[in-house]
Amino acid sequence: MDEIKDGLSEIECDVLVIGGGTAGPMAAYKAKMKNPDAKVVLLEKANVKRSGAISMGMDGLNNAVIPGHSTPEQYTKEITIANDGICDQAAVYKYAQHCYEIIEELDKFGIRFQKDENGDYDVKKVHHIGTYVLPMPNGETVKKALYRQLRRARILISNRFMATRLLKGRSGRIAGAVAVNTRTAEFLVVRAKSVIMSMGAAGRLGLPTSGYLYGTYENAANSGEGYAMAYHAGAKLANLECFQINPLIKDYNGPSCAYVAGPFGGFTANSRGERFIECDYWSGQMMQEFYNELLSGNGPVFLKLNHLHKETADHIEQILHTVERPSRGRFHEGRGTRYHETMIEMHISEIGFCSGHSASGVFVDDCARTTVPGLYAAGDMASVPHNYMLGAFTNGAFAGEDAVAFAGEVDFEDYDREEVAREQERVLAPTRREDGIPPNQIEYKARRLVNDYLQPPKVTRKYELGQARLAEVRDDMENHMVARDAHELMRAMEVTSILDCADMAAFASLYREESRWGLYHWRTDHPERNDEEWKCHVLLSKQDGRMTCEKHPVQPYIVPISEEEKDAYYKQRIKAEA
Amino acid sequence: MPLANTSTTVPVLVDEGKCIADKGCTVCVDVCPLDVLRISELTNKAYMKFDECWYCMPCEADCPTGAVTVNIPYLLK
Ligand SMILES: Cc1cc2nc3c(=O)[nH]c(=O)nc-3n(C[C@H](O)[C@H](O)[C@H](O)COP(=O)(O)OP(=O)(O)OC[C@H]3O[C@@H](n4cnc5c(N)ncnc54)[C@H](O)[C@@H]3O)c2cc1C
Ligand code: SF4
Ligand code: SF4
Repeated sequence: MDEIKDGLSEIECDVLVIGGGTAGPMAAYKAKMKNPDAKVVLLEKANVKRSGAISMGMDGLNNAVIPGHSTPEQYTKEITIANDGICDQAAVYKYAQHCYEIIEELDKFGIRFQKDENGDYDVKKVHHIGTYVLPMPNGETVKKALYRQLRRARILISNRFMATRLLKGRSGRIAGAVAVNTRTAEFLVVRAKSVIMSMGAAGRLGLPTSGYLYGTYENAANSGEGYAMAYHAGAKLANLECFQINPLIKDYNGPSCAYVAGPFGGFTANSRGERFIECDYWSGQMMQEFYNELLSGNGPVFLKLNHLHKETADHIEQILHTVERPSRGRFHEGRGTRYHETMIEMHISEIGFCSGHSASGVFVDDCARTTVPGLYAAGDMASVPHNYMLGAFTNGAFAGEDAVAFAGEVDFEDYDREEVAREQERVLAPTRREDGIPPNQIEYKARRLVNDYLQPPKVTRKYELGQARLAEVRDDMENHMVARDAHELMRAMEVTSILDCADMAAFASLYREESRWGLYHWRTDHPERNDEEWKCHVLLSKQDGRMTCEKHPVQPYIVPISEEEKDAYYKQRIKAEA
Repeated sequence: MPLANTSTTVPVLVDEGKCIADKGCTVCVDVCPLDVLRISELTNKAYMKFDECWYCMPCEADCPTGAVTVNIPYLLK
């Protein structure tokens, strides 16, 4: 395995889904259900059985809109406020109206959701305003249950193929994608009438403070190809300056996780064991307070459970150490920390792009359509804010249904063979060199620079220096990177996505001359929010080969937000007692 | 620029006495999201070839004989 082989094959399908984590399997399944005659291909860099954010399972739904507990209007309002007003509500509202149907469908697949003694869904309040968190008692079965459905529906699965570029026809319509086998370096061209991208977050953008390249919050296979491919295909990307930054267990870099612990009485505390934020739901505004506390004399910040009954703390441990990130138990064992005894030290994650938790993503409408005809995006890489897992499933479903309908109306779009040849050359360039710089060193340096220069607070002068240094690394990458086998070549291609994402993060951040979303876009040279000029999306795209940004209006709200409500998420800090 | 061989300690251990890769099993290699496990041509047993681990544990959970142990990578443990 891993020797580089020559090879290029071509396959055709109606709908190509790239990324088989969470949104991807649902998109493929829904496309096939809607038109059983359609040929649907699911392409995955890893193995669909165990890929993506939910590879081991999930503790619960973070944003379930369940009749009797909350309404689509309430949810749309909450997310609009959490996302500081920059929200095309149509997509959020549509999600909120339909996510319950997806819950019922997942339930039929065998995934259970917690119910109380009356048989009613046991939804918990974690958000600032409404009640949306629903625990999943057998959350470790999610991937298996999905995989069973894919097999049953006869979806064609291609594992260990990493997509590198999208193909478009002369008309501008999508024509397919180029992929490379991660174990042989053989190429696969997939011609498709429509393409759905669900390649997850750009999770390897910042460097974890541990220095371990793969010690990320996100599944480390999600290196931002989706963002890079969309960019090079000319699709628009929204609000990339709204970074993802999460409050995590220090060093372990997994969720702490107040969503699970909160309903039992756990909370985020300062070093005195005191609560300092009203609400543990992740938002940029909350992260700003977290950051302030960390740097104040009251830091570090901790997850506090040691005031709870030992049984309660043990029960929380049992949930947190078995499902989502089961190695967490081993981490605490190594440190000798038990939740009922000591508070657990927390920290701030590296930066990334992820609409699942914040809002940075490929710009899509309420049918998951991007700005390129026939190209869709869903899940963490699409721009619907605060999507989380149920958003990935639900928007994946919308994408699958629309994409299969689109494919039914068009024929294959022709693509330029020369473009494929050029892409092969680009990909294989690091294998043609005798010696040079290995991908891991280029990646380390790029991500270290991201931490040094791009991590908030965002300082204009630092950003300019960062851009210059990243350009030097790009030069090294393009002219000196060396890959000795197919595995290293996958890493080399990931580095190209990481650098593209770093460039986009810097460019979009400099464009928006205000501060917004709390810590996510805190610009020290423009410290105030400026609604008059910047209550709009920033769309980044490649035009005539160059990176550009433009303002784009937020669609008129469907659910109105009153003046008193709009800043609710800025009122996080617990008032000091007089 | 010539390359060096810098050593690194890997987090995933395989108990060779339990591993049945020599009987055709490749489960852990198949499921790993980061694709960092391989079957050794020397020993015919699974091992961690690349130190690029998300300590996520499908390899351990899916191994039919309980041969795999995932430890926390040294830099963050
Ligand atoms: C640790 C953690 C805990 C979380 N906890 C919760 C929770 O409790 N509740 C909740 O609701 N949400 C939670 N989330 C969020 C939720 O899991 C995600 O929002 C959701 O799973 C994202 O789905 P996705 O399909 O966009 O991405 P993923 O599921 O990550 O899938 C992306 C897929 O794309 C593949 N891929 C990447 N690049 C390529 C390429 N070039 N070619 C081919 N394939 C590629 C990857 O291998 C991966 O399989 C959590 C996330 C994390 C990381
Ligand atoms: S899954 Fe277990 S038995 Fe199979 S190859 Fe891996 S270590 Fe060996
Ligand atoms: S813990 Fe995860 S990344 Fe590490 S070897 Fe096992 S499956 Fe692969």
